[in-house]
Amino acid sequence: MSTDFNPRILTFACNWCSYAAADLAGVSRFQYPPNMRIVRVMCSGGINPNYILKAFEKGADGVLVSG
Amino acid sequence: MDKCIACGECVKKCPGKTPDEFNEGLDKRKAIYVSYPQAVPLKYAIDPSRCLKLLKDKCGTCEKVCPTGAINYGDTEQMQTLHVGSVILAAGFKPFDPSKLDNLQYSNFPNVVTSIEFERILSAGGPTLGHIQCFPDKAEPRKIAWLQCVGSRDQNKCDNKYCSSVCCMYAVKEAMMAKDHISGEFEAAIFLMDMRTYGKDFEKYYERAKDQGVRFVRSRIHTITEDDDKKLICTYVMEDGRKIEEVFDMVVLSVGMETPADLAQAVKDMGVELNANNFVVTSSFSPVETSRKGVYVCGALQEPKDIPLAVMEASAAACDAGTSLSPFRGSLTKVKEYPAERDVVSQDPRIGVFVCNCGTNIGGIVDVPSVAEYARTLPHVAFVEENMFTCSQDTQDKMKQVIQENDLNRIVVAACTPRTHEPLFQETLRDSGLNKYLIEMANIRNQCSWVHSKEPELATIKAKDLVRIAVTKVALMRPLPQPSVGIVQKGLVIGGGVSGLTAALGLARQGFFTTLVEKKEVLGGNALSLNYTWNGESISENVKALVQEVQDHALIDVFTSTRVSATSGFIGNFQTTLATDDKEQVIDHGAVIITTGATERQPTEYLYGEDERILTHLELDRKMANDSDFVKTTNTAVFIQCVGSREPERMYCSKVCCTHSVKSAVKFKDLNPDMEVYVIYRDIRTYGQREELYAEARDKGVIFIRYAYEHKPVVEKQGADLCVTVKDHVLDMDLEIGTDLVVLASAIVPEDNVALAQMFKLSLNDDQFFMEAHAKLRPVDFATDGIFLAGMAHYPKPIEESIAQAKAAVSRATVVLSKETVTVDGVVSQVNEALCRGCGACEETCAFGAIAVNELDSGVKIATVQQALCKGCGACAAACPTGAASVFHYDNEVLAMVEAALEQ
Repeated sequence: MSTDFNPRILTFACNWCSYAAADLAGVSRFQYPPNMRIVRVMCSGGINPNYILKAFEKGADGVLVSG
Repeated sequence: MDKCIACGECVKKCPGKTPDEFNEGLDKRKAIYVSYPQAVPLKYAIDPSRCLKLLKDKCGTCEKVCPTGAINYGDTEQMQTLHVGSVILAAGFKPFDPSKLDNLQYSNFPNVVTSIEFERILSAGGPTLGHIQCFPDKAEPRKIAWLQCVGSRDQNKCDNKYCSSVCCMYAVKEAMMAKDHISGEFEAAIFLMDMRTYGKDFEKYYERAKDQGVRFVRSRIHTITEDDDKKLICTYVMEDGRKIEEVFDMVVLSVGMETPADLAQAVKDMGVELNANNFVVTSSFSPVETSRKGVYVCGALQEPKDIPLAVMEASAAACDAGTSLSPFRGSLTKVKEYPAERDVVSQDPRIGVFVCNCGTNIGGIVDVPSVAEYARTLPHVAFVEENMFTCSQDTQDKMKQVIQENDLNRIVVAACTPRTHEPLFQETLRDSGLNKYLIEMANIRNQCSWVHSKEPELATIKAKDLVRIAVTKVALMRPLPQPSVGIVQKGLVIGGGVSGLTAALGLARQGFFTTLVEKKEVLGGNALSLNYTWNGESISENVKALVQEVQDHALIDVFTSTRVSATSGFIGNFQTTLATDDKEQVIDHGAVIITTGATERQPTEYLYGEDERILTHLELDRKMANDSDFVKTTNTAVFIQCVGSREPERMYCSKVCCTHSVKSAVKFKDLNPDMEVYVIYRDIRTYGQREELYAEARDKGVIFIRYAYEHKPVVEKQGADLCVTVKDHVLDMDLEIGTDLVVLASAIVPEDNVALAQMFKLSLNDDQFFMEAHAKLRPVDFATDGIFLAGMAHYPKPIEESIAQAKAAVSRATVVLSKETVTVDGVVSQVNEALCRGCGACEETCAFGAIAVNELDSGVKIATVQQALCKGCGACAAACPTGAASVFHYDNEVLAMVEAALEQ
């Protein structure tokens, strides 16, 4: 793998915990790489496997489900 | 304060530094600061004792850098007079200061910390970002000792005779968390007198800690010295008399709770009575009422206690305070009027995008003009505007105008997080005649500019992506209805023990008609068999008065010898069938309080049932109530603790038995001082101020002998004589006690709650007690709305806690019953009937009882959603094999967002 590999990561974050944590990371000014996009969902239990498959189909290198 | 947007620019530039109180002074904060990251409201404050501007009229930097002009140096403390009907004291406690205990060297050795400091050290937001470090080299500790009862159960080094109730459990928790935080080899040891894990599910946690290698040592470290590497040499004596010196890297002092002197004085000045421990005096039957009428108390100011009980008491105090004010409920409220909602369903999307600079918070990193420019190129976008602060009041007014002038029907706000600001913009939409669900936020501050401040170009690309995702989603969104559902303003209480009686009376006193159902012929429950509370109040007199008041109350219908046989409906609208042997009756009600209680287990051990001199607690109380003269002719009595509790089959502590035995032992000694009284126990769990009863028992000569689970005592009959054999832990040999009476502290077991749980779709824990919505923060709620819990159906507890919990349940139920209608949230699940095949996967997965399969008249099975119960989590949609179930705005919208997110 070349060192300039820049993965495209899609995150499904639960509104009540992980999404709030991502907000707090901002308040705390934690820095992380800007190659992740967060999609807010109301519960990680509501994530349909199709959403994940769709992400890979559209070229995501990684999918993070957090809740 | 209204202008502060908590951007933190002021903090970056402020030169004044001072120890951070929230982190126990372990690190520094600035003179302008926010107390802690989750503070509400999230607004910065200036510490006048540190601010150079206020002290010397120098600096003034924060005023210069504040983008919103929120700094006001002239703001000072103001005294206000409020006229109120009730006052609730919830002033809390202060952790014990261990610096005066010279043997523990807290002030001198940096690696001796308090448990509160250790909490901050463990926190990801704490001084070391959650890394546990020792002096002097910041190495991770390999061995930590926790010392229990520092400033509690101690009349020698301090005056705190009471047990602080929470320290055993938090020490176990801290030890377990430390094991998680520390990589590699780690040893945790807790030095204790009695392990008091008496709360719900605590005993299992204690067992798990033992399984995972946390060492529990029954000894007190009496001396701590330091070696050259700042390691701590701890000296203690084992039970067999051996003196041990053990080296630890860190020592955590499990400090107790106390009322600070200035608070105690303030409470006294209010005319509220405090006891010798500086806790507010209350009675078991009015656990949150103080000596002054109209003044209520909750939390650790009444006695040390853990979070669930403090939360219960808080709701109980709200109940009592609200009761006297209930005739005036709603008399000072105003109803806001909104314009009629525009019909936008048939229109093509016309999206307005508002891109916020948030001062320089976003604009300083992200190229906002280029994001706005990009937004104009996106499909359906009809209007784009940049704002300095999109959330400001003048922008809201302007936004309303823009929406109307440009006939916009969908809005995207690219700014901060929807978690804090979406309600504000939803309100603006409503004010402009749009359905409030037609907005989507793009979080380009918290999740973009703030976290990519070193990479502005990439942050700008990400901000554009986030706007594109939001525009894609909002174009698919439709107006959602928020139906109103009428509330039947009546309550149902199931179970007529002390909790049920208190709950029924509480609802009636708030003005709500209430039905009380009891399966037995009489009201009163277990309390009918109990004589006195631990502090000597008569239970029978109080219960009789309670029963009388319930029976006489015009707003309470009592059904005895009656069971609940069926129920349907949801919050505000339940229909429940009450059945007696010969008839059934359906009642309508808006809320339910479940108080089905628990019972004393019939022992199967210790020769119980084979000799009339072997009694359970309730049998002893009944015998004492009839005629206590037998005590005077009884020479010896033995209490055996944990009979059926804290065993693999029932891995929980029954909580009340230690206090009950100790109380009875003291009573025996009072009636017959020559009597030999033994209490054979595993840990004495006389938590809180009950500890004084334990001290009294020892003073009066009650003999306490500890046994281990592996070496249970043996009860035998030697001819006609009863004999108890137990291995004494100090002498390390068997003791044989000939006795006239054996009292078994038998476990408290739940009623058979399965049918009721299934009927109301409630959960039970492993021990078959009802499971509350959240163990700490929602101790009387169920996950299903409109149903509440109190008393021993939740977990074994003494009368004062049952009453507090019952009052708390009343307070929570009043929130439902006090409204005539309830508005249902729009983001809920729906079922496409054409696709539904009635398999029930949704019903199984729903945690809130909001979706169920019903058979239609045609015989077809279809799932239906009870909107009032649905939280919009989408678990049903994920479980649905056919795609019939879906959540509004989180279905195809999510797929579209995924596509938009990954567009190149």
